[in-house]
Amino acid sequence: MDTSLLEIGGASEERKLKANDYKGPTARWCPGCGDFSILATTRRLLEAEQMLPEKTVFVSGIGCSSRFPHYLRTYGFHGIHGRALPLALGTKLRRPDLNVFVVMGDGDCTSIGAGHWIHGIRYNTNLTVLLLDNNIYGLTKKQTSPTTPHNYVTNTQPQGSYLEPLNPVSVALGVANASFIAQTADWIPAHLLATMKAAVQHKGLSFIRILQRCPKWTIDIFDAKVKKPDEIQVLTHEDGIRDAKVEKMYKHSLEHDPSNLDRARELTAPSEFTRIGLFYRNEKMGVYDEIRRTDTFTAEEKLQTLEKEFDRYAI
Amino acid sequence: MSAPDSATPTPAEALPLIKVETGLGDKVYQDHSCEVISDAGEGAQKAGQGFGALSAKMGNGAWTVEIIPAEIEPPPRTPGSASGVRIRIGQKDITNMGDAAGIAIAFNEQVLLSRHRVDALEDDAVILIESKWATHSNPKVVAEWEAAMKEMSTKNYKWIPVPLEEETAKVVDNPKKGKNMFALGILCWVYDRDVQIAKDQISATFAHKAQKITDDNHTLLDNGMAWAKENLDFRFHVPATPSDKDLVVMNGNEALAMGAIAAGIELCSMYPITPASSVSHYLAKVYDKFGGVVHQAEDEIAAIGVALGASYAGKTAMTVTSGPGIALKQEFIGLAIMTEIPLVVVDVQRGGPSTGLPTKVEQSDLLCVLFGQPGDAPKVVIAPSTIDECFHCMITARQVAEALRTTVFILTDANLATGVSPWERPKLDPSWVAGPPDQSPIPEGTHPYDWDPETGLSPRFVPGQRGGEHTVTGLNHDASSHVVYDPQTNQHSHAMRSRKIAVFSETLQPPAVHGGDEGDLLLIGWGSTKGSIEEAVDRARAEGIKVSSTHLTFISPLQPGIKEICSHFKKVITVELNYSDASDDLHVTPENRRRGQLALLLRAELLVDIGSWGKVPGAPLRPAFLVEHVIKKYTPKS
Repeated sequence: MDTSLLEIGGASEERKLKANDYKGPTARWCPGCGDFSILATTRRLLEAEQMLPEKTVFVSGIGCSSRFPHYLRTYGFHGIHGRALPLALGTKLRRPDLNVFVVMGDGDCTSIGAGHWIHGIRYNTNLTVLLLDNNIYGLTKKQTSPTTPHNYVTNTQPQGSYLEPLNPVSVALGVANASFIAQTADWIPAHLLATMKAAVQHKGLSFIRILQRCPKWTIDIFDAKVKKPDEIQVLTHEDGIRDAKVEKMYKHSLEHDPSNLDRARELTAPSEFTRIGLFYRNEKMGVYDEIRRTDTFTAEEKLQTLEKEFDRYAI
Repeated sequence: MSAPDSATPTPAEALPLIKVETGLGDKVYQDHSCEVISDAGEGAQKAGQGFGALSAKMGNGAWTVEIIPAEIEPPPRTPGSASGVRIRIGQKDITNMGDAAGIAIAFNEQVLLSRHRVDALEDDAVILIESKWATHSNPKVVAEWEAAMKEMSTKNYKWIPVPLEEETAKVVDNPKKGKNMFALGILCWVYDRDVQIAKDQISATFAHKAQKITDDNHTLLDNGMAWAKENLDFRFHVPATPSDKDLVVMNGNEALAMGAIAAGIELCSMYPITPASSVSHYLAKVYDKFGGVVHQAEDEIAAIGVALGASYAGKTAMTVTSGPGIALKQEFIGLAIMTEIPLVVVDVQRGGPSTGLPTKVEQSDLLCVLFGQPGDAPKVVIAPSTIDECFHCMITARQVAEALRTTVFILTDANLATGVSPWERPKLDPSWVAGPPDQSPIPEGTHPYDWDPETGLSPRFVPGQRGGEHTVTGLNHDASSHVVYDPQTNQHSHAMRSRKIAVFSETLQPPAVHGGDEGDLLLIGWGSTKGSIEEAVDRARAEGIKVSSTHLTFISPLQPGIKEICSHFKKVITVELNYSDASDDLHVTPENRRRGQLALLLRAELLVDIGSWGKVPGAPLRPAFLVEHVIKKYTPKS
């Protein structure tokens, strides 16, 4: 049996990969876009994990954030709006040897992609899923998304958005089989990197909501957050996401045991704080691509078994 | 019978509850059809399928069609509850379910009514019917019986009462379960079947249950035969010649599933939809023995997304659905074609539009499969016409999808999906089975879309191939898979994707002509109508009518030579199970006329004035009907 397709490949002594080795064409986002930070951090992650470019796949939907795969020297699948998760599931299901990442925007994931998002979490396939949440539809020019704040002026709702936004973290925590739910921000790259490292280590679907600056459309939302570090609360715990520098930078922290699902859900309630950290982790949930792992058979073996099937229908 | 009183209707229309002389005696037929109909859950389907299989084993040609109730557990003794089977057996191969049935066994008059109302039974058919309802203690039942008998008195059915439940109760405790075996016994007598084969079949079917069940069923079979011998004055002989070929018996969905296995497809991604689900049910039972996975997705869109993701990263995968699912999948189909990732999409067509007729046959998804994606999305469309082809087309589909880096559609339908017929067991060939994806490093200087300008073909890079890193995208892209917006690349990439299909068409043969190469009328069909059309042509030609038919298997690209074939006939029409205005319909003119789907396509592609005959009865075409209402209508009177 060919086992090379079963093991995730890593670099060896002869192939020491650097962050720049993963650099693709120059990204074409607006100057100041939070996606640049996420992209740079991702390259640092790939280097830290020494992931082989040919064994790494980034799958995206449609939106500014979904251009992400084009800017890396890895394999990529720039899919259709809202549908990255099924593509990624199919890829990982049949190629357990590949490192598979998913990149989605807030409209892509929580609006059109909501069905796939909920079920993707439930399938709990081995994927690292990044939600780049800038609270708006960017590429199509400033329409309200499910995470746009209430009363925010947009092109489809110039009177101000009518509804309270959806909180992706609380939705994700409500899905059966959820196994890794975290929140972080693009302007705290050390925390983002630590979160992504933990995500990659996790067995199952790691869902990370990344608050992402959008200087073009929602500058006022994120400017406020960046300029007011006292509104950030860092979740800490020995089993959580730790970074000494980050914890020094931010005045407020909260001890939260990520195995406590009820407490995690409570922490998503509207609050004076924007909380970053690991809300929930459970390594024991069933992992779909492992549950569905099959043996491999040669053509001859398959046809021998098929002959037995035909025998059952023979007259 | 109790004495009639003012509240009980007089059983004036009720059949006489005495032994009936049909006067038929021993008859020999080229082919003959029977039906077994019961309420849902009474086992008529099992009895009928058993009869079909045993007849096939004896060497008869056979074609079996399920009669399916509309709901899972409809109220008993209603026309909507009718569940059962039509079986047609013949001295030679049987390719379709034929015209009307010459004999039926009905467990109650209400389910029989549903068959009467669709003219499923010959005018003078022999009807063996449960006798208990006519004299039931519940006056409402008797009234229903009366009304049904009155409605059916428009025909000259030969009624024979059978105490089905009474006889069954002599053997088993619950006569609801077991009537079907008694009925099978009757059929075995009437058609002079090999009883040992019938009994072996029963033993095999119930091998996993208690021995008593098999024994009781054997007893019921014997008793049914004995009753028939004692009470019936006729036998129908359809002589069988044991075949020297290895035969297998199954329905089209099972054959298709086995074809997927033989092709080395290892992922079937689906969402439940009638009549496609049974492909996945079969695979779900056995696929792990072949390294395969049936993935049930959260919706139709996720189903094709998972298949495409799997194909992208490795072996070609398949998704299977019906019309409403195709509608949902169109965006992903466009993505598959634009990214040139091999994919197999199976559409088991059913009545439309919208929710339509979920359990009934139609072939009306052709145009939406061809043209339902925004923009230009060239693809391959194959329509199997027999259960045999349902198996083989999957192997072709996978190979073509990979060679052309495209999406191959298999258009089958509810008739093929559920029809059961014997076919020649295939000689399995290892070259059919997909090998593992290429993982060798990519040579420097090659590109993800190195389109050969002559063919449009290009080798595909699969994740894992070092040096081949690129992002596939639905956006317009150049040979390096970089997003570009210029007119030249857009035009060129369109031309390349289209050229692949043109190149493929050069490998195809013209369709065969059934009948004569020239004549007064040519019928063109596609999909599961082949058997009915060819049988109609044979009958008409026997009457001296100069009619022929031709049947398409590849519809995109079109098989070559169709225009040439048409030129030898005075008139050409398509015969299709999809809607066509008739030329003399109210308000219809030649300019606004809405024609059948293949007709529209052929007229547009070939510039031939092909006529269109299309109906949506939700049932297979009957040869006799085609002869009288199509062939004779469009050929000169002799």
